[in-house]
Amino acid sequence: MENTENKKRRRKKSSNADIAFTVFNSIFMIIFVIVTLYPVLNTLAISFNDGTDALRGGIHLFPRKFTLKNYTTVLEKNNLVTGAIVTVARTVIGTLTALLANAILAFIVSRPRFMFRKQLSLFWVVTMYVNGGLIPTFILFKGLGLTNSFWVYIIPGMLSAFNMLVIRTYMNGLPDSLVESAQLDGAGYTTIFIKIISPLCKPVYATVALFVAVGQWNSWFDAMLYNRMSSEYTTLQYELMKLLSSVTSTQGASAETMKNAVGAVTPVSVRAAATIITMLPIICIYPFLQKYFVTGLTLGGVKE
Amino acid sequence: MSGRRKKTKQVETEMKVKITWKEIKRQKVLLFWSAIIVIYGFIFCYLPLGGWLMAFQNYKPAKGLFHSEFVGMDKFIRLFSDETFIRVIRNTLAMGVINLVVTFVMAILFAILLNEIRQRRTKKVIQTISYLPHFLSWIIVTGILHDALSGSGIVNEILKNLNLTEHSVDFFAHPSYFWPIVAFANVWKETGWNAIIYLSAITAIDPSLYEAAAIDGAGRLAKIKHVTLPGIKSTIIILLLMNVGNVLNAGFEIQYLLGNGLVKSVSETIDIYVLKWGISQGDYAIGTAAGIFKSIVSILLIVIANQVAKRSGEERLY
Repeated sequence: MENTENKKRRRKKSSNADIAFTVFNSIFMIIFVIVTLYPVLNTLAISFNDGTDALRGGIHLFPRKFTLKNYTTVLEKNNLVTGAIVTVARTVIGTLTALLANAILAFIVSRPRFMFRKQLSLFWVVTMYVNGGLIPTFILFKGLGLTNSFWVYIIPGMLSAFNMLVIRTYMNGLPDSLVESAQLDGAGYTTIFIKIISPLCKPVYATVALFVAVGQWNSWFDAMLYNRMSSEYTTLQYELMKLLSSVTSTQGASAETMKNAVGAVTPVSVRAAATIITMLPIICIYPFLQKYFVTGLTLGGVKE
Repeated sequence: MSGRRKKTKQVETEMKVKITWKEIKRQKVLLFWSAIIVIYGFIFCYLPLGGWLMAFQNYKPAKGLFHSEFVGMDKFIRLFSDETFIRVIRNTLAMGVINLVVTFVMAILFAILLNEIRQRRTKKVIQTISYLPHFLSWIIVTGILHDALSGSGIVNEILKNLNLTEHSVDFFAHPSYFWPIVAFANVWKETGWNAIIYLSAITAIDPSLYEAAAIDGAGRLAKIKHVTLPGIKSTIIILLLMNVGNVLNAGFEIQYLLGNGLVKSVSETIDIYVLKWGISQGDYAIGTAAGIFKSIVSILLIVIANQVAKRSGEERLY
């Protein structure tokens, strides 16, 4: 009786630290999840809440005075609708062209027999570390007629050394025998690229496509810098940014004047609705692509 | 690491190909596309480097690069006698280093703690949630921060309920809050994402090491200290060195979006300085000179990091 009691106590002692650790870990993870999710859920609640009511504060996870007015206001704003169309267009076109260009480059520099493979690789890797900087690039784009144009979103960023390296690493890991046997059958490089290599590269293509698409969807600086004057090429994020700065500049004004001025919607509530609309596509897509970006990051992390 | 294995394989298959007419004909498709890619790369990546000449000129857009008057290092001397520029360098470095250290420690801590969670489903759910902020733009993140830190925001509410403050704290009006806010925003956005690579390094650790440690009577903390941490040491060092070269690149979007007149002295970074002088004021020469300074320091940092990596016997970075 006493013996088992002792044993129990000893086991308890050795696992005391483990229990403390488990408790600490659970608390850490709970706080982490709350801190990560709360701001997003709070924005969601505000976006469905009456604007003037929201100014009183105290809205947390659920709207107090439910309304869809914020969303209808957003959809009535022409600049936001234009921004959404441009953003979708640049994301789709930009992702497809970038994927194709990076895949072709990676294919070329991963051919063992290609005579300039080293030089061409180096030519791109250098661009990762050295670039002209903001001003010379700005002047160049102006000279090329890329300012006030949709194509500034697509053409300059088409090839990137990082994405090329991720695809190249993957292609280098494919067995050579596949390509060799196709070559014996008389297949040219174009056929090998389209029919043999690309189907095998689907996972890495998905990874790079995700990286490029998220970058396209989220970028605003190019819209501000190059297309400030042409509202037809504005993007969703840039419009959101303008909403943000209008909110911060009116924050100084008293809540009372704002209530009288704008009625049921306020800049804060409209911005919340626009934020949710902007986030929604990404939130819906990314959980399903997890395994792709995990492989992509591990490939990219081990740079050669 | 798998990279090393691939490298040796590549060396084996690499052939010495003599440049002959027959070979050129055989590779004509590759050569054709290479030519297009090189022209593209020359225009978009190398041509802007020619613009660096502007920094040594009294550049007038009307005269262009070839007819503007050369003034030597004048612009650089003016740059470094500008107090604002010195302050901007300090801000960039300070925020770069703070962000690097804080995001680094948090990512490793999160990866190790997440790995200790036994229930697979819980682990998966937490990890999926942790990626979310990475996919949000800085515009959205700064918007969220503004809401959370505003007078009626959640942070002030908590502070008031805990009786830590009587009146709402105006977080964006005090310079002393700015760097911590930026660091927190970076941690919030990137912890889950940065942890991915450590988590995959942890999965690669041989499970028998944990079993052996258990037989020796190691508790969970001891296992972390003696098995997990040494197991991901090389990943930690490689990533740390890779990020050192990026220290100066860590500062544009969030500082630009969160900064305001009241915190200008601590929020402005080199990139913002370039944008302000170069684009808004139209002084291309000064903007370019500041950009060149940043590039050179970045390259130096990368070279130094690479040397350190070589000395410490880790894989080289490039």
